[in-house]
Amino acid sequence: MADEKIPYTQYLQADGSVVGNLPEFAEDQELVLALYRHMNRARRFDTKAVAMQRTGRLPTFPPALGQEAFHVGFASAMSADDILFPTYRDGPAQMVRGVQLEELLLFTAGDERGSDFQVPRCDFPQAIPIATQTAHAVGAAYAMKLRGEKSVAVTTIGDGGSSKGDFYEAMNFAGVWQAPVIFLINNNGWAISTPRDRQSAAPTLAQKGDAVGVPGQQVDGNDVLAVYHVVSEAIAAARSGKGPALIEALTHRLTDHSTADDASRYRDADLLSEQWKEEPMIRLRTYLSNQGWWGKEDEESMLTELDQEIERAVENFEASDAPEAAAMFDYMYAELPADLMAQRAEVIAAHGHEGDGS
Amino acid sequence: MTEVTLVQAVSMALARAMEEDENVVLLGEDVGVNGGVFRATKGLQKKFGSERVIDTPLAEAAIAGVAVGMAAQGLRPVAEFQFMGFSYPGLDQIICHASRLRNRTRGRLSCPIVYRAPYGGGIHGPEHHSESTEALYAHIPGLRVVIPSSPVRAYGLLLAAIRDPDPVIFLEPKRIYRAVKQDVEDDGEALPLDLCFTLRDGDDVTLVTWGAAVKETLAAAETLDSRYDIDAAVIDVATLTPLDMDTILASVEKTGRCVIVHEAPSTGGFGAEIAARLAERGLLSLLSPIERVTGYDVVPPGARTEHRYLINEDRIIAAARRAVFFPEAPTEQDHTMEDA
Repeated sequence: MADEKIPYTQYLQADGSVVGNLPEFAEDQELVLALYRHMNRARRFDTKAVAMQRTGRLPTFPPALGQEAFHVGFASAMSADDILFPTYRDGPAQMVRGVQLEELLLFTAGDERGSDFQVPRCDFPQAIPIATQTAHAVGAAYAMKLRGEKSVAVTTIGDGGSSKGDFYEAMNFAGVWQAPVIFLINNNGWAISTPRDRQSAAPTLAQKGDAVGVPGQQVDGNDVLAVYHVVSEAIAAARSGKGPALIEALTHRLTDHSTADDASRYRDADLLSEQWKEEPMIRLRTYLSNQGWWGKEDEESMLTELDQEIERAVENFEASDAPEAAAMFDYMYAELPADLMAQRAEVIAAHGHEGDGS
Repeated sequence: MTEVTLVQAVSMALARAMEEDENVVLLGEDVGVNGGVFRATKGLQKKFGSERVIDTPLAEAAIAGVAVGMAAQGLRPVAEFQFMGFSYPGLDQIICHASRLRNRTRGRLSCPIVYRAPYGGGIHGPEHHSESTEALYAHIPGLRVVIPSSPVRAYGLLLAAIRDPDPVIFLEPKRIYRAVKQDVEDDGEALPLDLCFTLRDGDDVTLVTWGAAVKETLAAAETLDSRYDIDAAVIDVATLTPLDMDTILASVEKTGRCVIVHEAPSTGGFGAEIAARLAERGLLSLLSPIERVTGYDVVPPGARTEHRYLINEDRIIAAARRAVFFPEAPTEQDHTMEDA
């Protein structure tokens, strides 16, 4: 997959063995264990959300199964003051950023309060239209640069999203403005049913940066150490005024596009089993246990804690009332225009003031 | 007081807004060094610097989109589409993001953006340079659609739009960019964004209009008065959405007749919304069918025939007379004043 002109970074191979010289942070036990915990938290939550959808307790949900190293790696490389412009598959990254599980459940359930997260206040909500969020990141980066702040905007898209003009236009603006923005492509091989080779004839997606003067590189998106490293370096460079960067993470989508999709209709089962061998969690666990940092008991107690946290969030979410019907009017404008007051009154007359508890 | 044209009033308001709030930035194609293709931003880059008056790459979707990120980060971007006909790549960003960011984050993030665009025909422009598609934007909840039709209103409404905490589509009728001069005091006073402007009181018929057609409508009202003794009220809607229907209803209650005039095509035009609301709330005031004098449901014709398409005074006068003499058909003899 890698192109000879495009750098490719990998430290942990699928079997957990190390290639090349590990960056210094790989010796930071606390940091690496935190990455591992975040990845497990993401996968447990993801599994729970899919189960809830299958039993009618959540609407459509886009799982991130198999892409945890990407999400956790890049989100952990960000500072609190940096700003994330995520897609609908970036829930695990939002979790690292401080968005609460209950808030993600609310968002998935179609409750706008789920995007009014308490932390981080400046991050954008998940963008569902493809690639449009890349322009928002560039605009925010411009604003931060204009004010002389050192924060960096980080935005993600998929391999499919990289085909859109919005992505090219946003990178082009970022290049001209030398804006502090990092473009991340989660190349998981699929845009619903369309494989990577039907998406672009370019050998890599990272080289799309070349056309607009934005340096591109690839990283093994199943290797959290590699993702954390390259994103940290790119953010540091952007923070110091060196402009934007493009990073293509090679991942595998180990499940369906969403709970409304059935990938067995278009994806070869053998390919999927091959890709499972490269999944990101096992190789990191092997690294941790080789370092003598992690054992069976640690694993069990961590998983118990995570499951308890998830259950609590689900309980809180399911105990919450739906928003008041009239709230659909209350955030359309800073102040409700007189022209809309009659419609709002009509909704209150029909549905009352209270949420319906469903 | 300075006597200025509509486009100069736009410049004045932009300069004033930039002076009073360092978060106001301008962006668009050729807005900086060149001062805009209509010179609406003339001299502003020199005054406020290239970081606040930004010549962007040529990409309307990105112009619309970066404005969203800027606004959410506390700036007050004024983004220019060079012509309304080139604003459509930006629709995705405006509809999917700018208009709804406040709602989808329950007010955590918002988009105080002004998207400016010269609009309408009558300047012998090439294809795509004569669009009047304000109804596209008026259909989108979360936006305000504002169209000034005089230098005074351009100044006051643009200041209001920039200060407004929500996204505003600000359409400038380029046919009258330099048609008249008015005294405009650069006093920083904004005009309200939710009130129609009554330009002329009248008892016989209410002419409701906006944009460049205000010019022909006012002229028609003068002729109706002097030649036919018909006393026409003229309302400049100016702030299409959210709509101030009360001002229109109050006038129609008095006159019993309404002629809606706009340059845009008839079907699905914003006049249809006003007519529907009159039917809902003012039916019993009406003494005659609501008349619409609009563009035809065709692609705006090229420069050689656009004068056959654009609203003229005669069509407005004929419609007003049909309304006044309904159910009879007006004849020239019946209604010509003795001294005409």
